[in-house]
Amino acid sequence: MAFSEGNLADHLGGLSYSEEQIELMDVATSFCRDKSPIDKVRKLIADERGYDPAVWQEIVDLGWLGIAVPEAQGGVGLSMAEVAPIAEQMGRRLLATPFATCTIAAQALLAAGDEAQCGEWLPRIVAGEVATLALTEPHGDWNLDHVEATAKASGDGYVLSGTKQFVTYAKDAALVIASVTVEGAVRLVLIERSAIPDGALRREIIIDETKRSYELTLDGITVPASALLDAGRSGTALGQIELASALLQAAEMCGGTQSAIDYTIEYLKTRKQFGKLIGEYQALKHPITNAYVGYEKARSHMLSAAHNFGQQGVGEIAVRMAKASADKAYSFAADRAVQFHGGFGFTHDCDAGLYRRSAIWHASQYGDAAWHRAKLADLLF
Amino acid sequence: MASRPTAAELAEYEAQADAWFRENTPKDPGFMLPLTFMEVSTDQQFEFLCAWQRKVYEAGYLGASWPVEYGGGGLHPDFQRIATKVMKKYDGPIMLNAIGIGWAGPLIMDIGSEEEKKKYIKGMLNAEDIWCQGFSEPENGSDLGNAQLKAVRDGDEYVLNGSKIWTSLGDRAKYMILLARTSNDGPNKYAGLSFFLSPMHAPGIETRRIKKLTGEYGFVQCFFTDARISAECLMGNEGDGWQIAMKTLEYERGAKVNLAGGYFLKELDAMGVVELARQSQRGGKPLLDDPVMKDRMVDFMMDIQALNLNNQRRRMGPLVQDRPMGLALMNKLARTEMIRELTEFSIGFQGTRGGYYVDDPCAVDNGYWHRSYLNSFSATIGGGTSEIQRNIIAEHVLGLPKGR
Repeated sequence: MAFSEGNLADHLGGLSYSEEQIELMDVATSFCRDKSPIDKVRKLIADERGYDPAVWQEIVDLGWLGIAVPEAQGGVGLSMAEVAPIAEQMGRRLLATPFATCTIAAQALLAAGDEAQCGEWLPRIVAGEVATLALTEPHGDWNLDHVEATAKASGDGYVLSGTKQFVTYAKDAALVIASVTVEGAVRLVLIERSAIPDGALRREIIIDETKRSYELTLDGITVPASALLDAGRSGTALGQIELASALLQAAEMCGGTQSAIDYTIEYLKTRKQFGKLIGEYQALKHPITNAYVGYEKARSHMLSAAHNFGQQGVGEIAVRMAKASADKAYSFAADRAVQFHGGFGFTHDCDAGLYRRSAIWHASQYGDAAWHRAKLADLLF
Repeated sequence: MASRPTAAELAEYEAQADAWFRENTPKDPGFMLPLTFMEVSTDQQFEFLCAWQRKVYEAGYLGASWPVEYGGGGLHPDFQRIATKVMKKYDGPIMLNAIGIGWAGPLIMDIGSEEEKKKYIKGMLNAEDIWCQGFSEPENGSDLGNAQLKAVRDGDEYVLNGSKIWTSLGDRAKYMILLARTSNDGPNKYAGLSFFLSPMHAPGIETRRIKKLTGEYGFVQCFFTDARISAECLMGNEGDGWQIAMKTLEYERGAKVNLAGGYFLKELDAMGVVELARQSQRGGKPLLDDPVMKDRMVDFMMDIQALNLNNQRRRMGPLVQDRPMGLALMNKLARTEMIRELTEFSIGFQGTRGGYYVDDPCAVDNGYWHRSYLNSFSATIGGGTSEIQRNIIAEHVLGLPKGR
């Protein structure tokens, strides 16, 4: 018996792709492979900045920061659908840069910024200045509406207070977009790096050693009134930030899943025990096949999320399915990657650990599989 | 092949097909119809399904893209795809002669001789000649390459000795695609296998019905005792059997397009499961208020959607660059396992009524979900078990070494 192939498509969206998407996918595939070999990834783990400024500049020169930014603001004028395949290849090669956070920051500006704010910052982001987001707080809630940081009117501007966590690449950022409440309502506010004292940033020790993240103490930082994003659109903007982030994460996670599987397969094809390649044993062969099946399902969801992104209703369902599915696939593949490398898998030298830690990191930001399934339950039933 | 049709031609054809299926798709016949071609239990079911397939064929909506000289419609394959889509839309009974039109037919069209095409194709399409498949043996199920049924050449005939099992429609079929051993001398077990298009009505061939897990009948064990068939039944040459059988399994596993059209398995309506859950209660509240049940249901919806998307993606070259065959080869595994788990889950919704079975007046949907679950094993076992499917994916897609 088979289920009806088409009967869910109306509810959940289908699949297609654009020529631009495929071109970017092809370029990103070779770029990320060439620029981010695994020994370089490991070398950058020990580097304070955590990424290679020369590679960052190449990414800027390729125009990737402006893909989903309108041409009027210096961008390419495509959409998040075309960003996803790049993120996928970055995840595949563990190429860590502020690419994702800059892309999301630009989307936040587009969602709730006025003409002056967009006009000021979007061209700068496209040109490679780092912008990041400060949304989460010590309470650890994934719900982005749960904001305890505040902005209080003071003279011509606002004085901020509270603590933000997981502000990625904050140290290099020219702009931090933070969520605060103003008189009880959640607002987004632009904080220029120059307004942030060095002591307000603490580098966090995070599970994914390839990335950089900071805690930001807002207490005492002041911003002008013009730094607040539109009151009416801040709520929608948070929703869009969540979905755009989840999409890019799903893409990165798919890439990482692919590598975790490929890396493990190589080992199963070369390591011998009891006189046989261990890949001959079904106890290893079948679970890695299950991981591969999970990966392909997650990738289909991710490509559908990219294609349907921004579509009312269907887009949100597709994105949440993509993140939930990517989390499940990446966690399983990376977990088995550690196990199937045996004693070596337990060492810091084994790349399986990089993928396992990356999967945990992604699950911890913007919701894990269970969180997105709970959201889906409300959307579907 | 016929030339590519225009959108207008296809639209006109679709309108005709739509009108025909709306008018002719049978209503409830008053007795239970099989969900798949594998559980045709009664004469009543068999005759009803034969008549329906013949009617669809005569209307031109089956084999529409096969050549006219063999009994087909001679149209471009796009027309048949539309006919099949419309057939599905009206959710009529299955096409009965699955092994014929879905497996043996495409095989004969691919590699058969002119005589074979003339002799077999039309009878498959109009359901006059029912086909069955003789691959598995009692001692050789998953290890198909070790098949032992002997075929010994004797003049213009082969003499068959041995047994085949799990033969759907074996008691009603006129022909069998048969994998038999013509030699034990080859370099390996595969080299001695040969492929026959064998008659089923010959002295020395007997069948015995096997009752299934569901309580239904539908497949048999076949016994061959000094059965003689014409040497012309050999397909290709002696020793080609394994290659031809593998080609056939590609049709069965859905890795190749189904050229004749139609469907052989009744579709499970995923939204029907949601409906069932909505109607079910737990502790005086709707079942879907329970976050655990809801979460599992979401997981299934994601799985169903993933397979739906996989099926779209597998035809999109740029989106399957790294492992082009992966999605096609995992389809059977992923789909059949998902259906097994989903139908099992659906029984749990029913509370105490999960204890009823088919034909009890109080059974939910006349036991449809129980029957679907028990039947789901036919797909996770038949056509290569899920475990064999994992080996195939591991070896052919991921490049892992053979060896058990």
